[in-house]
Amino acid sequence: MSTGEIWIAFYTILRREIRRFMRIWPQTLLPPAITMTLYFAIFGNLIGSRIGEMDGFSYMQFIVPGLIMMSVITNSYSNVASSFFSAKFQHSVQELLVSPTPSWVVLTGYVLGGVARGLLVGLVVTILSLFFTHMHLHNLFLTVLIVLLTSVMFALGGFVNALFARNFDDVSIVPTFILTPLTYLGGVFYSISLLPDFWQSVSMLNPVLYMVNAFRYGILGVSDIDVSWALFIICAFIVGLYCIGLTLLNRGRGIRN
Amino acid sequence: MAYAIEIKDLKKRYGNGFEALKGIDLTVEQGDFFALLGPNGAGKSTTIGILCSLVNKSAGQVSIFGVDIDKDFAGAKRFLGVVPQEFNFNQFETVFNVVVTQAGFYGIPHELAKERAEKYLKQLDLWDKKDTVSRMLSGGMKRRLMIARALIHEPKVLILDEPTAGVDIELRRSMWEFIKGLNEQGTTIILTTHYLEEAEQLCRNIAIINSGEIVENTSVKALLKTLNSETFVLDLDQSITEVSLPGYNLTKVGDGSSLEIEIVKGQNLNDVFAYLEQQGIKVVSMRNKSNRLEELFVKLIEGNK
Repeated sequence: MSTGEIWIAFYTILRREIRRFMRIWPQTLLPPAITMTLYFAIFGNLIGSRIGEMDGFSYMQFIVPGLIMMSVITNSYSNVASSFFSAKFQHSVQELLVSPTPSWVVLTGYVLGGVARGLLVGLVVTILSLFFTHMHLHNLFLTVLIVLLTSVMFALGGFVNALFARNFDDVSIVPTFILTPLTYLGGVFYSISLLPDFWQSVSMLNPVLYMVNAFRYGILGVSDIDVSWALFIICAFIVGLYCIGLTLLNRGRGIRN
Repeated sequence: MAYAIEIKDLKKRYGNGFEALKGIDLTVEQGDFFALLGPNGAGKSTTIGILCSLVNKSAGQVSIFGVDIDKDFAGAKRFLGVVPQEFNFNQFETVFNVVVTQAGFYGIPHELAKERAEKYLKQLDLWDKKDTVSRMLSGGMKRRLMIARALIHEPKVLILDEPTAGVDIELRRSMWEFIKGLNEQGTTIILTTHYLEEAEQLCRNIAIINSGEIVENTSVKALLKTLNSETFVLDLDQSITEVSLPGYNLTKVGDGSSLEIEIVKGQNLNDVFAYLEQQGIKVVSMRNKSNRLEELFVKLIEGNK
């Protein structure tokens, strides 16, 4: 395919993905908005006022970056996982397989579709947070870079999950049993400096911790980890997951006989 | 001139060890109307799946308009349009979007895609349904939608896997006319069907596949010439009690108001009519017991067992 044709194919996939999650907005955009509003109201306002300051900020201000990142992670992941698995389930993925669209365009289109939803939900949650606290912004470039890269990484993870998934249970297992615990234990609600040394060391094995803290650094200027390490880890995951996703797609894992 | 489709020693063994294709060779000429027939599980869908990239081959060579799929599969895919047996479009998209989105996957600019979508949806009587969510369509409409979608990039070869399965007679006839029209305009058509009448009426050349092997590959005319016998059913104006005509195989049907006759090469129906005339019995109507191609198909498949 020529460059122009590749661009059209990519744009077609991306547009279809965006159209899909916008069409079912009560399932895709509304639930995270409601959930995060409850987090802000209960953890931030009611309980947070009794907790006091954390790393020099009110508890509400401390948890806002983590909650935004949590929304971005879960939505980027689940958008690609459910959309690509549905295409497999309905066999509509064959529309792409019979076409000359290269595998890397398919992968990139789906991933950026997930990124679009992740960032849109992140934006909605950010706007909602402004009703509860004022937003401090330490480093705009780093904030945007971290949220974008994290979204790409988890969208890639969702794609690999969808390739392996054989039924709808397989699509929900990873978010429920891996992603949610990693996110909750990834410093969204606390600084790991509160933990004993042993659990601090264990927490350092959790990749989500790096993303949440790097994002928090971009907004508040405080972090439990070195931000350059966070960038390295996210980029390494992106490269690794992209290679896995593309190889599996080229081999037809789960989509070709 | 390159063949539209050229298959050499194509093999497919599935992960469970089942050998679906045992090294088939097949050629389809450009502009042909070709039937690929075979019983369920014979290897038709596997062959089509390999052609359009839904099944990975185990061995062999496949070229589409001279383009080897191992060297330039993307280039080869441009020549192909596929109408699969099962509905495989996004059931939540509108009819128009299903077709236009498919055009995008072939790199067709949006404006041109919209023009073509209108053209093919109108030709297939689906234009008034363009804004309908595709899952709301009837079975026949869904099948026509898949044809419109397969044509959106104007392929040189159109593969139709059981296109008229579950379609009513009127719609089937109109689909035949549409597909015949495409073939007359130069599109090579490859058809799999269980309606052998369909293959006999539409197709020029034919391949019969059974247990992963090609058991016959010739023109429909040549194949029909090999038919040694045909069975006719005569409806009589009165019941016949006893039938005995030396050299002929006549069988009473039901109460004797119909007669079944097998005519082998060298025999003719005039002898039968003369015999019935002598008995004072008139023939009211006459028909083939089964489609001629069907008789051959059954014999070939049974002979291959």
